[in-house]
Amino acid sequence: MADVLRGIGVSTGLAAGPVHRVTALPGLPQPTPVTDVDAEVAKALGALAEVGTDLTRRASSTHDSTAAEILAAQVMMIEDTVLHDDVAERIRTGIDAPHAIDAAFAVHRAAFQAAGGYLAERAADLDDLRDRAVAVCLGLAMPGIPDPGHPFILIAADLAPADTAGLDPERVLALVTEGGGPTSHTAILARALGLPAVVSCAGVLSVADGVVVKVDGTLGVVTAGIDNDEVEQVRQGETARRARLSTVTGPGRTADGHPMALLANVGSAGDSTDGAEGIGLFRTELLYLDRTEEPSLAEQIDAYAAVFDTMAGRKVVVRTLDAGADKPLPFLAAPDEPNPALGVRGLRIGRRRPDVLSAQLQAIAAAAQSRTAEVWVMAPMVATVAEAAAFVASCRQAGLQHAGVMVEIPAAALRARAILDVADFISIGTNDLSQYTFAADRQCGDLADLLDPWQPALLELVASCAEAGARSGKPVGVCGEAAADPGLAIVLTGLGVHSLSMSARSIPAVREALARHTLDDCRRIATEAVGAIDATAAQAAVHSRE
Amino acid sequence: MSTRTVIVASASGLHARPAALFVAAAAAQPVLVTIRTESKKPVPAKSMLSVLSLGATCGTEVILEADGDGAEAALDALATLLATDLDATDPAAPAETAAGNG
Repeated sequence: MADVLRGIGVSTGLAAGPVHRVTALPGLPQPTPVTDVDAEVAKALGALAEVGTDLTRRASSTHDSTAAEILAAQVMMIEDTVLHDDVAERIRTGIDAPHAIDAAFAVHRAAFQAAGGYLAERAADLDDLRDRAVAVCLGLAMPGIPDPGHPFILIAADLAPADTAGLDPERVLALVTEGGGPTSHTAILARALGLPAVVSCAGVLSVADGVVVKVDGTLGVVTAGIDNDEVEQVRQGETARRARLSTVTGPGRTADGHPMALLANVGSAGDSTDGAEGIGLFRTELLYLDRTEEPSLAEQIDAYAAVFDTMAGRKVVVRTLDAGADKPLPFLAAPDEPNPALGVRGLRIGRRRPDVLSAQLQAIAAAAQSRTAEVWVMAPMVATVAEAAAFVASCRQAGLQHAGVMVEIPAAALRARAILDVADFISIGTNDLSQYTFAADRQCGDLADLLDPWQPALLELVASCAEAGARSGKPVGVCGEAAADPGLAIVLTGLGVHSLSMSARSIPAVREALARHTLDDCRRIATEAVGAIDATAAQAAVHSRE
Repeated sequence: MSTRTVIVASASGLHARPAALFVAAAAAQPVLVTIRTESKKPVPAKSMLSVLSLGATCGTEVILEADGDGAEAALDALATLLATDLDATDPAAPAETAAGNG
């Protein structure tokens, strides 16, 4: 019997295979009487040591220096002799190993929570350590990505970066999460790996491990309990789809030749730009992220030049530092904000530290000099025309010719015409524009439906930006995750957007979808999507026309 | 009993990297050093969990205590570390090698 579950499709493609869940956190069993205290103490300390060894191994094998630093700090916690003494003492009072470990961690957890801020967020690291140690005590696998020994579809409540550090894209066929939204880590990871994915899929965790399901990452549908014939059909269909993608090449354009620049989002010179016509979003904060002090001018110039060198003669849109909110930078040491997403982030950092922005613009200009890449610069988190004008003036002062701003705040979208009077271009960041338009936190899985990029209100804001671009004759791009959805790419083309920037893996599917539609098709579909009653209806309108 | 009273200078407080550096330095001392804030009981300075649990932020006054041979030198070393902004300096300097990857 096939069971159909619906969620939000966030990464295109079809997959079929058995599901396996991220190993669940072990619940604490009923307390058991301790008969041999010394053996119980040895078991508990042995479990803590085993977790420490495992984390040390993971810290040394990760390429992510921030993750390595967090893992190293976790090792110092699990190897803490105060913790060991506390656990042993509790066992000597007759408490079994799992409960002693749980209680010992609970003391520190409470202190972390009470301290608030950064430490309160680190409480999750303590929970992770406790769960791992308790699992070892109980003779269970440590929580994390399963390894059933054959390709599988990974299901989870949600995936955090820590869960996916060891994810092998050769083994995982697709990702399905019960929580998460279109801009969640799961969605971004799936697109980067080219895996079909569905998020916010209620009920998926009640599918038993090993049950064969079909995942449609385009429509957001998961069908559980399919037979072998269907599995074979899905595999053939996906192979054919992928083959079709590779037959369309060249610059992005509609069936009747209307151009749509397909650009890549990158964080460094190492990121793939395969098949991209340029870079539409160069995120510069990676250079700053794991730093306790501002990178020197020379370092910045080297990093920017390395990216410009990969794009000789082509466009590179550099986004100036987008720190704050979910990306705090140690050297900026922002005070705790009750609501960081609405606080001092992006261009607003310049209110406190104008020197950081001017140094960055100077470095970008120096790196652009004597290179053939066409360097454009844009500021994140611009709210007003005055902010846009001030940023453009700073760019000009640094000798940068192409200065624009990102539209992520509804206020900026509403004032797009006036902003384009002072700026050379705008680029719409749909992830943040969704968050701020719908007053829905990007991290909040319960509100995922509001963050669906098919929401007509979001499309309407994009439409008014595109219209402002058409009136002023200046370029309007989209660089949020919405650009990577082939169906939405058709809508955005119809609305009059000039370029789409996405992770390079997403480009072939977008290119292929555009090539199947004329500009008039795109316009008709866009009108239907904007006029739809809700996101589901907007998406359905487009797919019914394909 | 020797003591030192120090104001935590690290911008991010006694968390994250500054805490890791401080705890590692305390563990390397020949004597047991304790640390406390005014309102809390002393905890071993070489215990990562205890040090973090103090919740000391930038500007918090902390008290270091130690007894025995080498106590004075140990306290001086640790007090100097606390009075340094460890977020702004990078004694391990791993950044130099990472920078090229940009």
